[in-house]
Amino acid sequence: MAQLTMVEALNKALDEALAEDDRVCLMGQDIGVNGGVFRVTKDLQSKYGMDRVMDTPLAECGIIGTAVGMAVHGMRPVAEIQFSGFTLQAMDQIEQNMARLHNRTQGRFNVSMVMRTPFGGGIRAVEHHSESREAYWVHTPGLKCVIPSGPRNARALLKAAIECDDPVIFYEPKAVYRAFREEVPDEPESFELGKADLFRTGADVTLVTYGAMVRPVREAADDLADEHGIDTECIDLLTVSPMDTDTVIESVRKTGRCIIVHEGHRTCGVGAEIAARVTEDAFEHLVAPVRRITGYDIPFPYFQVEQHALPEADDIIEAVRDAMSWD
Amino acid sequence: MSSEPHTTSDQQASDPPDGAPSGKSGNEATPPPTTGAFNTRAIDPGRIECLQILNEHGRVEQGMAPNFTSEQLLEVHRAMVLSRAFDSRMLTMQRQGEMGTFAPSIGQEACMIGQVWPLTKDDWFAPSYRSFGAQIWRGWSMERLMKLWAGYHEGFAPPPDVNDYPFSIVIGAQVPPAVGTAMAMRRRNEPNCVVVNFGDGAFSQGAVAESLNFAAVDRAPVIFVCENNGWAISTPMTKQTRVDSLAIRGMGYGVPSIRVDGNDILAMMVAVRDAADRACRGEGPTLIEAVTFRMSLHTTADDPTVYRDEAEVAPWEGRCPIKRFEIWLANQGLLDADGCERVKAQCEAEVLAARDAFRESAEAKPREIFDYLYVDTPEVLERQKVEYFKRLDRKGVE
Repeated sequence: MAQLTMVEALNKALDEALAEDDRVCLMGQDIGVNGGVFRVTKDLQSKYGMDRVMDTPLAECGIIGTAVGMAVHGMRPVAEIQFSGFTLQAMDQIEQNMARLHNRTQGRFNVSMVMRTPFGGGIRAVEHHSESREAYWVHTPGLKCVIPSGPRNARALLKAAIECDDPVIFYEPKAVYRAFREEVPDEPESFELGKADLFRTGADVTLVTYGAMVRPVREAADDLADEHGIDTECIDLLTVSPMDTDTVIESVRKTGRCIIVHEGHRTCGVGAEIAARVTEDAFEHLVAPVRRITGYDIPFPYFQVEQHALPEADDIIEAVRDAMSWD
Repeated sequence: MSSEPHTTSDQQASDPPDGAPSGKSGNEATPPPTTGAFNTRAIDPGRIECLQILNEHGRVEQGMAPNFTSEQLLEVHRAMVLSRAFDSRMLTMQRQGEMGTFAPSIGQEACMIGQVWPLTKDDWFAPSYRSFGAQIWRGWSMERLMKLWAGYHEGFAPPPDVNDYPFSIVIGAQVPPAVGTAMAMRRRNEPNCVVVNFGDGAFSQGAVAESLNFAAVDRAPVIFVCENNGWAISTPMTKQTRVDSLAIRGMGYGVPSIRVDGNDILAMMVAVRDAADRACRGEGPTLIEAVTFRMSLHTTADDPTVYRDEAEVAPWEGRCPIKRFEIWLANQGLLDADGCERVKAQCEAEVLAARDAFRESAEAKPREIFDYLYVDTPEVLERQKVEYFKRLDRKGVE
């Protein structure tokens, strides 16, 4: 059992996948000698060779499009896009082929591939390096979208994503990359995709989140219990498509209150879908309006002010206390 | 017949098609033409030679006859005739309301068949939507292709034993996966190649440019066949590009490139065979610009009289790829006029049989629309499916 950062845990998962299955290959910009700009693929090229850990030309659409073609011909590519802000260059191939080819061919072709990319704010980065656009992937039929929140689940979920026969967008919260260490088991571990992690039980309010926002939610939950005597039930979605809202609904039926926290834009964001499903399936149990604490509907702010635009524990505490004022 | 296949370097083109780059070259201060498909003004790096073996009068330049067997030649001829018969029947069926929108390919038969004829079952083909002649050659039944154009999902599914992509509706989107498949072949040490077809319009797409670069860098065994028919719906080559040959783009990526008379089946066969041989030997990609002409409509939803002078079409009738091939086959003593008529009648009968089979077997399957999206279908879709089935039940739809 080793104490790893998320970057190290992801590297471990990729290393294991490359060792176990010769169909697995990695591709992306600067992932080889350089080990990726965040070092997630560090030392893997020297271990597995240039054909399995490929430094590609600087062309996101080309990376994803060729990865699709490799998957169709029996390989299991894991393509890295350097920052999620650049994934839209690849949207053509994601939408036309990655997400659809299995359907278009009536199941004849599998697109068993993963697109890994770091997302989210909080690391004082330049424009287009801090976006949270997971709603695009949730909105695109044919994709699955996984968002880990810590080293251990990052490793286990990436393994599952690589093993998955459907195309997976693996969205890595880069604010968590080196934020803390966690014990990651030495033996292989793979979590089921599409299953949320209910990481704190409580009777008063359901908090739903994922990715880097799990940390402020934990912080708020501790504070609410210690300072205000409020028991929150906290859910880390882990997979946003398909979304395990059964776990959310079950919790809301118990608590009657639901607050969703994410970095991505509010309008038509993941929180909007959760709120809609809660309204459809737990309406009679609600005692307070469903609330969303999210990023605003603006381009992610330049980094001198980004700390003010990201949801934080105090927002959550305030929203929970407000929800508790309804009876 | 010469014993060696002809390739770019030692090839002297005879008459390039009108509208293809003429002898005029250099930096003449002539403004670009505002109508017509092709630039006639060479910019730089000068004139691109165009490989032609069989000229439009059905004559082969002395010493240039390739060494194909009569079986190969007759098989290719039949495929071209079948493609045209299919095209013509599809147009009729569309006009009679039996087909959806359909993209005719009359006049492009040499490109279609030439690009796939040397491929084996283990090679791959990624078509554009104006490639059905090639798809038939590759083993897609005409019945299946009719289903495709008539709006039945199963028409898009490649037959079980055919290694082809279904075509892509988004222009050029088929190209990056085709290159990826070739990259996988190289990594798996397979002695095979991929042919990917796209048009002059697609060559303006970023995805195509990125694909050429990926293929070059990876030395992927892929053959890019740019079927340049002069028009992308209403946009002529003159508005699509400021270069007069799309083949020069390949050179910029380090991809060996050749311009071929796309109405000359012998030139197409030679160029594609050589490119396939190179690819399978591990020598990387090739770009073939096949110069042809869109004789007919973009699709059945299109009216070219709105945007192009039909006088531009007439000269291309004289360059018909089938007619010139038949003249040559007759001169070679391989197929006389009666033989041509026989082939045509057989092909038409085959198309009619396919139409009957299509009418017999085409079946809309509304209860399958959720079935192919995922290998592992999410619960949320299963629930939507239940909801949808209730609607079908209410409407009395099986």
